[in-house]
Amino acid sequence: MAGATTLRIGAGVHAGQTRFEARAATRETPLVKWLILGTALSFFAIFLLMPLIAVFVEALRKGWETYVSALVDPDALSALRLTLLAAAIAVPLNLVFGVCAAWAIAKFEFRGKHFLITLIDLPFSVSPVIAGLIYVLVFGAQGWFGPWLSEHDIKIIFAVPGIVLATVFVTFPFIARELIPLMQAQGKEEEEAAIVLGASGLQAFWHVTLPNIKWGLLYGVILTNARAMGEFGAVSVVSGHIRGLTNTLPLHVEILYNEYQFAAAFAVASLLALLALVTLALKTWVEHRAAAAHRLSQDDAS
Amino acid sequence: MSTAAPSLPFQPARSAAPPFRVLPGFKLTLGYTLGYLSLLVLIPLAAVFLKTAELTFAEFWEVVTSPRVVASYKLSFGMSLAAAAINAVFGLLLAWALVRYSFPGKKLIDALVDLPFALPTAVAGISLTALYAKNGWFGQFLEPLGIQVAFKPLGVLVALVFIGLPFVVRTVQPILEDLDTELEEASASLGAQRWQTFRHVIMPILFPALLTGFALAFARAVGEYGSVIFIAGNIPMVSEITPLMIITKLEQYDYTGATAIATVMLILSFILLLAINGLQAWTASVPKPRTGRDR
Repeated sequence: MAGATTLRIGAGVHAGQTRFEARAATRETPLVKWLILGTALSFFAIFLLMPLIAVFVEALRKGWETYVSALVDPDALSALRLTLLAAAIAVPLNLVFGVCAAWAIAKFEFRGKHFLITLIDLPFSVSPVIAGLIYVLVFGAQGWFGPWLSEHDIKIIFAVPGIVLATVFVTFPFIARELIPLMQAQGKEEEEAAIVLGASGLQAFWHVTLPNIKWGLLYGVILTNARAMGEFGAVSVVSGHIRGLTNTLPLHVEILYNEYQFAAAFAVASLLALLALVTLALKTWVEHRAAAAHRLSQDDAS
Repeated sequence: MSTAAPSLPFQPARSAAPPFRVLPGFKLTLGYTLGYLSLLVLIPLAAVFLKTAELTFAEFWEVVTSPRVVASYKLSFGMSLAAAAINAVFGLLLAWALVRYSFPGKKLIDALVDLPFALPTAVAGISLTALYAKNGWFGQFLEPLGIQVAFKPLGVLVALVFIGLPFVVRTVQPILEDLDTELEEASASLGAQRWQTFRHVIMPILFPALLTGFALAFARAVGEYGSVIFIAGNIPMVSEITPLMIITKLEQYDYTGATAIATVMLILSFILLLAINGLQAWTASVPKPRTGRDR
């Protein structure tokens, strides 16, 4: 499912730039070329670039003061804290899971491996709304553990734990998805050599596996973090929208917007848009570093 | 992928025993993986089916075929198909431009293609609404033409196009990058027009990836919530998407109704997931004729 977001090591974006245009057989007539280029870039501008620009323009429409006051509002700050908390729990949990799953799947042979990979992918193909719903069914007042939880005065749904659970669910496969193909491609000879030479399992992982997978790992963490901080649908189902308590930044945007405080809504939204831009920049940087490391190891091999 | 196990330097003494493993941690990591997966994903998902099983089939059928819900299926599936089709066409053009042509700002545009993955859906939702509202940047020009986008079914389409674009670009782009120029040169030297080369040489190689991108964009669009609800207007029977129907039922404390609709969506998601896995296997299996000079 996540095929579209995996790290493409050694992608030929830079190497092959001119090889098509340099040859008569692989280039279009100028008219066709400009038609394709014009259509593609217009589509890009209308559907991707303009929504991004609009966020910042709308955010600053009422001036700098409104912008800043929307960001330092106590409700906005508590939403920011909750967003950071949810990401700070979800990312490490899914990181440990991703590494474990990739180790088991890539380094060993067992039956049902492909089925397991499909199951790990499952959260990507489930609507975020359903991701929230399932935890309501398990932990909500009407749910399986509802009566037991209320007896012991533990709140999960309409409280912070529910938000964390929903966040973990929607970001579940990212790191595992990134690491499984990477570690499968690298095989297990290097780790086996380390073990035979007397390393412990952890030493082999730390000194042999980790340096090999670090860029893929970082890539997965960046994607997980972006989705964790930006998730809306799943979190909205379990949050209960209690201002100052169970609102994350995206939910705070919704509340402000529905109260017609457009400038404030876009101000908070611009913070999330900045996060998206930082994510894309980091992601591009990791792609470059991974490609460079890949070329280096290819040179070593030859 | 080297899935074939490399032969070990020495063989286990007892061949009847479980396979000999040099690397440690198999039971621990697989156990943790299965436990974590079951607790967080499988058991909660099973709750949907168990809750639905509390209904008789007649009750279930009444909920999932009530007119308002059926109208939401039509909107969700119709618009998701349309958005995925639009993305297949323009995503292919964009991938083509990014791989084949050089132009200023190309690296920046290449990075920004992933914006819909990185931008929180609620932000995309309010931004698109602002653009297409009557007095918005785009809306003010469309309004005199009699085209209303925001708060109409067309708004749903716009949001779904935004969400789905990277899926097509990112599945087609690597295949385009891997194409050898010799194929096209051979085709041209045999007298084919450029369009014939595209149609008969490039397209057959590209098609499985394009279909995979289409299916991924469609699957994402059907479940999408955040970017759509702001721009859709959410008018019953007209512009309500299926995920919103689940939320509406939940807000009325109608948990069985919500889960019944969720069951329908989950079954569809599973079918799509299997179809996409099949498509991806097909993409990987399409032979890419190589002559070896370009590498």
